[in-house]
Amino acid sequence: MGRITLTGIEKSFGAVHVLKGIDLDITAGELVVFVGPSGCGKSTLLRLIAGLDQPTGGRIEIDGRDVTRVAAADRGLAMVFQSYALYPHMTVRQNMAFGLENAHLPRPEIEARIAEASRMLEIGALLERRPGQLSGGQRQRVAIGRAIVRNPTAFLLDEPLSNLDAELRVSMRAELAALHGRLKTTMIYVTHDQVEAMTLANRIVVLRAGRIEQVDTPLNLYNRPANLFVAGFIGAPSMNLIPATVTGVAADGLACSWLDGGRVSIDAEGGAVLPGASVTLGIRPQHLKLARGHEAAIEVTVTLAEQLGAETVVHAQTKGGQRILAVLPGQPAIARGEEIALAYDAADIHAFDAEGKRLRGN
Amino acid sequence: MSRVSDFLLRRRGGDRWHWTDYFTWFWLISGVIVMFGPAVWLVGSSFKSPAQLAEFPPTILPYVARTVPVEGFDKPLPLFEVTLENGETRILAEKRRIGIVAQMIDPAKPDEVIKVNIADRKPARDIGFATENYVEPLQKNDFVLYLQNSVFVTVMATLITLITNSMAAFALSKYQFRGRNMVMLLILATLMVPLSVILVPLYSVINAVGLFNSLWGVILPTVATPTGVFMLRQYMLTIPDELLDAARMDRASEWQIYWRIVLPLTAPALAVLAIFSVVWRWNDFLWPLIVLSRKELYTLQVGLNTYAGELNVQWHFILAMTVVTMIPVVLVFVFLQRFITAGIAGTGLK
Amino acid sequence: MSALTKSVGAVLAAPAMWLAALIDKPLRALQNRAGFGGMAAFFLFPNMAIFGVFVLLPLVVNFAYSMTGGSALFLPDRSFVGGEQYARLLTCENYANPRTCTDDLFWVAVHNTALFVVLQVVAMTVVAMVTALILNRDIRARSFWRAVFFFPVLLSPVVVGLIWRWILQREGLLNYFLYQFGIEPTVWLTDRTWAFTAAIGVSIWAHVGFYALILLAGLQAIPRDLYEAAEMDGTRPSRVFWRITLPLLMPNLLVVIVLVLIRAVQIFDEVYVLTGGGPGTATLFVTQYIYEVGFASLLRNPGLASAASILMGAVLVVLTLIQLGVARRGEQKGKRS
Repeated sequence: MGRITLTGIEKSFGAVHVLKGIDLDITAGELVVFVGPSGCGKSTLLRLIAGLDQPTGGRIEIDGRDVTRVAAADRGLAMVFQSYALYPHMTVRQNMAFGLENAHLPRPEIEARIAEASRMLEIGALLERRPGQLSGGQRQRVAIGRAIVRNPTAFLLDEPLSNLDAELRVSMRAELAALHGRLKTTMIYVTHDQVEAMTLANRIVVLRAGRIEQVDTPLNLYNRPANLFVAGFIGAPSMNLIPATVTGVAADGLACSWLDGGRVSIDAEGGAVLPGASVTLGIRPQHLKLARGHEAAIEVTVTLAEQLGAETVVHAQTKGGQRILAVLPGQPAIARGEEIALAYDAADIHAFDAEGKRLRGN
Repeated sequence: MSRVSDFLLRRRGGDRWHWTDYFTWFWLISGVIVMFGPAVWLVGSSFKSPAQLAEFPPTILPYVARTVPVEGFDKPLPLFEVTLENGETRILAEKRRIGIVAQMIDPAKPDEVIKVNIADRKPARDIGFATENYVEPLQKNDFVLYLQNSVFVTVMATLITLITNSMAAFALSKYQFRGRNMVMLLILATLMVPLSVILVPLYSVINAVGLFNSLWGVILPTVATPTGVFMLRQYMLTIPDELLDAARMDRASEWQIYWRIVLPLTAPALAVLAIFSVVWRWNDFLWPLIVLSRKELYTLQVGLNTYAGELNVQWHFILAMTVVTMIPVVLVFVFLQRFITAGIAGTGLK
Repeated sequence: MSALTKSVGAVLAAPAMWLAALIDKPLRALQNRAGFGGMAAFFLFPNMAIFGVFVLLPLVVNFAYSMTGGSALFLPDRSFVGGEQYARLLTCENYANPRTCTDDLFWVAVHNTALFVVLQVVAMTVVAMVTALILNRDIRARSFWRAVFFFPVLLSPVVVGLIWRWILQREGLLNYFLYQFGIEPTVWLTDRTWAFTAAIGVSIWAHVGFYALILLAGLQAIPRDLYEAAEMDGTRPSRVFWRITLPLLMPNLLVVIVLVLIRAVQIFDEVYVLTGGGPGTATLFVTQYIYEVGFASLLRNPGLASAASILMGAVLVVLTLIQLGVARRGEQKGKRS
């Protein structure tokens, strides 16, 4: 239970086209994360699923039932809001009971569910307090508790961790993952934080400007981004994206020229592009190492070295002015102005065509 | 002690007193006298007997004449402080007065009459309160009725104001609908139309719907206050919409959202509006004066004005009833002043 | 106090809660049928219905009234006279001299009101300003002093009128004070000039606290560091007032001036109770004229009263538009800085 199917969802606010044809099938029990930069339409999409807004076009189905015109109250979903939206004038207990009372559940049943949820979330001691007397983390738990007691078909979470400090966010993230493991209920989770997306999701939906860019598991997204946008968005720091020109085409790869005449050969299906075509090559900062011998390497001048202890982030520039970022393990002695060579493995290179799409066979 | 004077006499920088320091204290102290003085004087006067009210120069405190029961007289006799020819001062009761000569007797020896020129005596009296000023109009005249009418009008008008204004404010702050700006503009426009501009047609409307000489005729035209709708709307706009969405997800109906979520959260603004409404309606004068022509329907303000307008003004009753009229407002002032001043400073509402 | 209000609130709220729960079911049905738009209409309805019948309708009817004559109350029974009422009000040989006007009483009231407005605006603004400046100084127990000046604001006009009638009468407190200094008692309210002065003084007494409060809020919104900067520069206090305080207070000051203006144009109740418009017509103001012509006099003329009220309404609309413009300019100014 908890399969959600979106077909051709469109949404405009007046002349502003926010969602442009969203198709998505969320299987029961899955934890799907919508991720994307602000304004990409991810929160709007969540509100459409919740029933808080009406789509301009398309269909929403929950477990095969068309709920496109069904009111939020009758969709059987529960939502956790960014601001938690706890009722400030009610105690924690009343907050959790409110929705159940509206559904006319018998009192003992309400009490049992609240007891169960507060045990699970360890908020039993807070039940008689008001939201104003709680810390951010406690409010977060109550907001989740309020959703859990409803026994919903699916949970909708709208940037639930964005108001917490960094430390708390990490621990709540882990708890949410554990919670999903225990409840096995469908969860749709909206965030702009790709680390949250990577750590929590069964599948990630990357949105940009009202369109889905890619839907896949976190690792597939990381290893095989479908386009330049996803490549740049997933992974921190961002992938180095370097313009290149195809010089030769073979059956199992392409020969390219990049970085002031440097040469590189990459895996890609032959015939994907013609010689002379412009492509973009990407390599993650983590995939660059200090060159030791005569490996393939990029010659750069260091402009800044950030020592983080476990790793060192090197900002550098090639002769031609291309900026390169490298994350090197440990604490190598690198100073500003130093000239170094950064080695890479050609298998780690991602290649995108002129439209930004990943080359076939790459 | 020096701490206290330091506390009271803080000055603008420096050690010497600047003229503005003197002026500040002059202004504040005369402020206390001018602002509180009249009301205190009113309360003091309201406890004086009619005879004492007519005295000039007036006394600061209310007094009652001391009297003494004397055998052989039905009523107690008034006591006077008499200066006798031999310079002795005695307290004597007045038996009778003929012209400028009074026949006085010693209450202990009622048979012996002493004739005294009235210039040689002063009434003996104690500080005392002529509470009959309060009791009589409430018992004999219609003031209890007026009081009831005023309370009814104030309570009903305030309740209806709170309900209708908050509902309208809810619609105008939490829903997007066509014509919303139109409604806002309409309400805004009527801010410019005080009651005094529509007296005549409103009177005929009230007559047409049969509310002339009815307390409802006083109440209804006052309850759809644009200021109330505005104030509540401004406040409701600060309630996050996510809270409403959360309630919708919690299967609450729109009506439930209004009375279970939004209304409780608007309580501070509702309290301010309630306080204002109580003061407004309690103090209303012109409109009740027009709508109510039957004496038993008068509100306190109208009744008081009518009594004060009579040829033979009975000041001792009027002053006492003015004090009664003042009491609720003074209570509001003492206990809720902070809300009101905050409300005015925040919204310029009055 | 708060525990008490809470429990009182709970007792009062219980039946209201019950009632609200009772009508939830039909309203849920309404919501399902009419949607959010329908619910918006439902929430607006009570207020707008009352508003429509008792404010908008009279507003429209007023124009019709002003063009009819006779003493009948209901519009259909009245005869159409066109602009006759307006002509009667506005015909004057010399507007400076009410006696040359067709309706001399109206022009007496207009003259009185105009004089009252001018004097009131000046005096009220100055007194409120001084009070606000003093309350904004570094004085202890500021809320007490603020309360002192605010106290009369809540009193009803009738109470205000009666208090001062009592003080200004022949045997009153004022005469007593003057008597202490050997000054002969005067019957203040039977003297034309003194009665008019009293009207101004009493309404300042009754309302100054309100305006002082608005100005005080403005003064307190001026950032402290501006004064500290001026002090560091060694600016003279008078210069600080003219160059910092006054310009920054301007939006509030203008609002106060226009509000005083709007209220002064409508002056009625406290003066009516204080003087009854007398002696003679010395304190007869336009609202009282409307009231008397429309309701109180033997020869009632609702049409004439309507016409007069529309003329007054026109003046008020102009003043209110000025106020809104002023408020908006103040807002924009605030945004810019």
